[in-house]
Amino acid sequence: MSRRLRSRPPGWPRRLGHVALILVAVAFLVLFLVLPLATVFVEALRQGFAAYVATIRQPEAVAAIRLTIIVAAIAVPLNLLFGVAAAWAMTRFEFPGKAALGAFIDLPFSVSPVVSGLVYVLLFGAQGWFGPWLDAHGVKIIFAVPGLVLATIFVTLPFVARELIPLMQAQGSEEEEAARILGASGWQMFFRVTLPNIRWALLYGVLLCNARAMGEFGAVSVVSGHIRGLTTTMPLEVEMRYNEYDYMGAFAVASLLALLALVTLAVKTLLEWRYGDEIAAHAPGGR
Amino acid sequence: MRRRVLPGFGLSLGYALVYLGLIVLLPLAALAWKASGIGVEGLIRLLSAPRTLAALRLSLGGALLAALINAAIGLLVGWVLVRYRFPGRRLLDALVDLPFALPTAVAGIALTTLYAPHGWLGAWLEPLGIKVAYTPLGVLVAMVFVGFPFVVRTLQPVLASLERDVEEAAESLGARRWQTFFRVILPVLAPTLLTGFALALARAVGEYGSVIFIAGNIPMHSEIAPLLIVQKLEQFDYAGAAALGAVMLLLSFALLVIVALLQRWSGRWAERTT
Repeated sequence: MSRRLRSRPPGWPRRLGHVALILVAVAFLVLFLVLPLATVFVEALRQGFAAYVATIRQPEAVAAIRLTIIVAAIAVPLNLLFGVAAAWAMTRFEFPGKAALGAFIDLPFSVSPVVSGLVYVLLFGAQGWFGPWLDAHGVKIIFAVPGLVLATIFVTLPFVARELIPLMQAQGSEEEEAARILGASGWQMFFRVTLPNIRWALLYGVLLCNARAMGEFGAVSVVSGHIRGLTTTMPLEVEMRYNEYDYMGAFAVASLLALLALVTLAVKTLLEWRYGDEIAAHAPGGR
Repeated sequence: MRRRVLPGFGLSLGYALVYLGLIVLLPLAALAWKASGIGVEGLIRLLSAPRTLAALRLSLGGALLAALINAAIGLLVGWVLVRYRFPGRRLLDALVDLPFALPTAVAGIALTTLYAPHGWLGAWLEPLGIKVAYTPLGVLVAMVFVGFPFVVRTLQPVLASLERDVEEAAESLGARRWQTFFRVILPVLAPTLLTGFALALARAVGEYGSVIFIAGNIPMHSEIAPLLIVQKLEQFDYAGAAALGAVMLLLSFALLVIVALLQRWSGRWAERTT
């Protein structure tokens, strides 16, 4: 026995250990990540592809898809502008209170989604600060689309800024200073020097921001009021169908969101492989 | 000097401050104001209510346990992904971010279906007497799911930059593999591991979407704190919702401060060791 053991190539017990570790890790990833993902598609297609297509073409589903796209189309560009402005101010200038500004930018990531929605109800709801005034002027924010947009902006606010700040910090401002000294105007400098330098990181941030904007549930569910066809985004439509025991319908809409997640992951991975240096090491937490 | 050459200070900072003020600070002020309306006595009554206590205990305790599990599994998965080469590694690496990318409601209904008594996993666990769906254990499973990427993603860059010669030195001095791991590798990883732990914890404490489906939401048993806020809102108890929201917010604030301190600590640690 012992002779046979000794005759093996040196280090094989260790390699066996490696294989065991790899198997445990792979098993966990498959059980914990792949299975839930597979569940979504299997349940969505349970009654065949034709039924699936019919389900996602129902008017409520189409309305939910439309609303989701509208909300993201407003929230993402606004947070993109904010991210660029905040990153420019924070990485190119010194000013008092910079650290506090950074902490406030990060804040929405660490707040419970429910609280993110709650704050807008307290501000604009019937009993909120501006509630009576809004009511008198016939403006509806809570239980209407503006509330959905605001809550979405809140939860996705940090994405672009967080992506840009470490990168622009690392890049420094020499190229921009050179452009200015050579006579470029502010906007020329921005569009010809700054923007090309940060484009991939910007795309990366927008990608993650968009995925969260379209998939946000907690914050949006608090301000939505769940009015079918009017204030239900796709995640809310998933919830309503599920709670009505329409499992196939719920998973059909969910499968579209899962596809969005997969596309997001694929593009994100591609960006990391091809432009890793131009995206820069960033703090994790970008959900 | 710099300030004079580069333009846009006023514009960019002004825009960022106004935006942040309107989107984040003003709503938070409304929260603080509404929450203070409940008064000290009301706050004590709210926080000492058995149902509130049970929900807070589940949210915080579940999140702590989930973050601990994630620290252990995240260390293992991060280690395997960084150290070993095997087919499918890159695909698995990309997959780690799935809980970030998958909308929480989708994760919620998928996990519930999976762990329900007739689900793919639930059917296996049921005969063993393990009930996951609609129990606190289900809450834990969902919290592990959403917090999973944090530990792996925080650890990976540090694992990749570990100097192997230190391990080789330990081994050539006669250390066994596990001794090298616990005495040489783990101490270096500890601050980063803690950061990942805290991030996963912060996420799980406030988690809502992926938890509420699988939890079953039985008061005093499997009801999480964020759900209690939603219920108070639905009963038009704005002050109670605001107060509970403020408590949750303070909790996240505390965690945020801890993460910042840990990051500073690990930064200093890295400087000292390199």
